[in-house]
Amino acid sequence: MNLPTGPHDLGGQEAGEINLTEHDTAWWEWQIDAMVRLALSKGLITDFAELRDGIEQLTPKDYKNLGYYERWARSLAWVLVDKGVVTQSELSERVQAIRARQEKS
Amino acid sequence: MSALFDVGQTVRIASREPGVHHRVPAYAKGQVGFIERICGQHGRPETLIRGDGQPFERLYRIRIPQTDLWPDYQGSDRDCLDIEVFEHWLEAVE
Repeated sequence: MNLPTGPHDLGGQEAGEINLTEHDTAWWEWQIDAMVRLALSKGLITDFAELRDGIEQLTPKDYKNLGYYERWARSLAWVLVDKGVVTQSELSERVQAIRARQEKS
Repeated sequence: MSALFDVGQTVRIASREPGVHHRVPAYAKGQVGFIERICGQHGRPETLIRGDGQPFERLYRIRIPQTDLWPDYQGSDRDCLDIEVFEHWLEAVE
């Protein structure tokens, strides 16, 4: 069999126990979903393929430990920086500003 | 452009690693199945990344026996996997 090409290429591997309990979608998860759809509709990313590609760039450790929308968020940030839509420093500054605001409240 | 393969034809899924996003799982590479249907033409995954998906490729639904995919498969030997694969990933099998 061919070797997996990334952390996403899991078919046929032992999955372990699968958590089947229902869960609510958190507000930030809706926000990530909306951001991805906005990025698509504005042409900032061309297709869901670009989002999937970003997810495939995650390290196996991150892929395993991050939740579904955490992967989306990491991928969207990576893709937008890689395409030059935003710079890494702009993104980091914004994250710091939001973090500072949250810590104050 | 007309379809390279017909419904019912036996094909092999290419066994390669292009090093970019390509939507063919490792377990399906090199496997042989038959074309269950043709699913239209769509952007090529490899060029949808930072591009426009050109040239658009025909997409085929390939049916593969589960017992071929998994040597220790416990289910019925009539169970199959249907997987959609682009034309540039398929090779004719005589």
